Amino acid sequence: MTTINNSRRNFIKTGGVLALGTTLPISLVELAFADATENFTFAYISDAHIQQIKGTHFVRNWDKGLIRAVAETNLLTPKPDFVIFGGDLAQLGSKPELDHGAEMLSALSHKVYHVMGEHDYYLDLGEYWEKLFGPQFYSFDHKGVHFVVLNSIRTYDDWTYKRWPTAEQRMLEMAGLDNPNGSPFMVGDEQRKWLKADLDKVAKSTPIVVFSHSPLQKIYKGWNFWTEDAEQIQALLKPFSKVSVIYGHVHQIQYNQIGNISFNSVMATAWPWPYPSTYAQAEQYLPKLTVPMNRADPFFERDATGWQFINVANGHVDLNFTLYNNSERAVRFNAKTKRPEDSAYQADTSRIPPQSHY
Amino acid sequence: MLNSKLQKIALAVGIIGLLITQNAYADEFTAAETERWQQQFMDSVKQGRELWTSPTLGSNGVVCAQCHPNAANTHPETYPKFQKQIGKVIPLWEMINWCLRNPLEGRPLAADDPKMIAIQAYVTHERRGVKLEPGKH
Repeated sequence: MTTINNSRRNFIKTGGVLALGTTLPISLVELAFADATENFTFAYISDAHIQQIKGTHFVRNWDKGLIRAVAETNLLTPKPDFVIFGGDLAQLGSKPELDHGAEMLSALSHKVYHVMGEHDYYLDLGEYWEKLFGPQFYSFDHKGVHFVVLNSIRTYDDWTYKRWPTAEQRMLEMAGLDNPNGSPFMVGDEQRKWLKADLDKVAKSTPIVVFSHSPLQKIYKGWNFWTEDAEQIQALLKPFSKVSVIYGHVHQIQYNQIGNISFNSVMATAWPWPYPSTYAQAEQYLPKLTVPMNRADPFFERDATGWQFINVANGHVDLNFTLYNNSERAVRFNAKTKRPEDSAYQADTSRIPPQSHY
Repeated sequence: MLNSKLQKIALAVGIIGLLITQNAYADEFTAAETERWQQQFMDSVKQGRELWTSPTLGSNGVVCAQCHPNAANTHPETYPKFQKQIGKVIPLWEMINWCLRNPLEGRPLAADDPKMIAIQAYVTHERRGVKLEPGKH
C-alpha cells in the first residue's frame, strides 16, 4: 500500500505544480487487501458550511474551500472509485445553501455518496436534502467492503419536535457548536434496528467501513464531538474482524482504536476547530493516540482545512493528508500494533511545536 | 525657607481637611459592593458573548464562535505578544480587529469601544484560571 501511496502522492505533487502551483491538500484514504489488485481508493470531502449572505451572495471563504477540494479531487490519478461528502454542506440547511453546494459538487466526475450533517438537517429534518441526495442512511458494497452510512446527528424527539417555536430557530440553536441550548447527537433506535438487520446479512470476515457525521465515540459533549449511543453502535460492530469508522464534524485530525474498531476523522474544507482540550472550562477525552494537526494560522485562509484521499488496504483504511500551507500527514493502520498511527509524528519524541495546542 | 515651611503646613492642613470631609473609607467595601461590581463585569461578559455569536457584528453573517467555540484558540493570556504575521508586539484587541476585518468582512472597533471591551471580557472570562503567559506563541 505504501507503493500506491507514493505513486499517488508523486502524481498529486506533479499535478499540483502543473495545475495550481502549490501542494494539494489531500487526505487520501486507502483500503488494501492481501491481493494488491483489490486495493482501491476513494476521496472524502466534508464540512463545507456553504453560508448564504443574501440572495445569490454566499460567504466567499467557505465557497473557495469547497471549489478547491472539488477541483483537486478531479485531478487525482488513478481516479478514486467514488467520493464521500461527509455532511454539513450547508450552514443553516436552507434550499439556497444546499442548492449552491450541490451545484459546486456537481463538478465532480465521480459517484458521490452523501452523509447528513446537523447543519443540513435541523431546518426541515432532511426533507430537501433527501430530494437532492437520497436516503439519510443506507449501505452499499464495493470490491468486497461493506460500507454503511448513518445519520448520526439526530437527537431526542422532545428537543427536535417540542422545544422550538419555529424550524428556523431549531436550526440556529443546533448550528451553534458551543450553544448550551443544543442537544447531544445520536443515531437512535430506528437506525440501530436497521443497522443490526443490515449487518446480520454480512459475513463477519467482511471489512466494514462506517461513515457518520459525528464521532461514533465520546470525546467532548459540549461541542457534540460525541454520539450519545456510541457504545451501542460499537457493540453492533464488534463481531466483525475489520471495522473502520470515518467521521467529519470535528474539523480536525483525530484518530483512535477501540477494540476492533479504528476511528478516523477528516478535515473540513471551511475552517478548522480548536481541540476541545484548549477550552479551559471543559472536561474532554481526546484519544491519547491522536497526534494533533498543526495549530492553524488564521492569516492563511485555507490553513488547517483540506480534504481526504483514502486508500482501502487489507480491509483497513489509511488516510493521507496533504494539507494546505502545512506539511503532509499520513495516518495509516499499523498491522503490528493494530491501530492507526501517524507515519512521521506518532512517537512523543517526533512531535513538533505547532502540534502543541493550549 | 519660610515659604517652603508655609507650603508644607498648607499641604498638611489640606490633607487633614480632605480626610475630615470624606465620609467613606477607600480601603473598605462591603460584600454587596463586590457582588455589584462582579455583576457589572458579568454584564459585559454577557454582552461579549452576544457579540461573539452575532451575525451582524461583521458584514457577511459569519460569527466569531464559528471558528472559536467558547472563545477557544484565542489565547488572551498570551497577549501582548509578538504576532508573527503582523511583525510587532500587539495587544489582543488588535487581533480581534484583524478577525473583524478579514473572516467577518466587517469594520474594526475602537480600542475603547464598549463592544471591544465586552468581547475581551468574554474571551478572558472563558479563559479564567489559566496562568498569564505574555508573549507566548
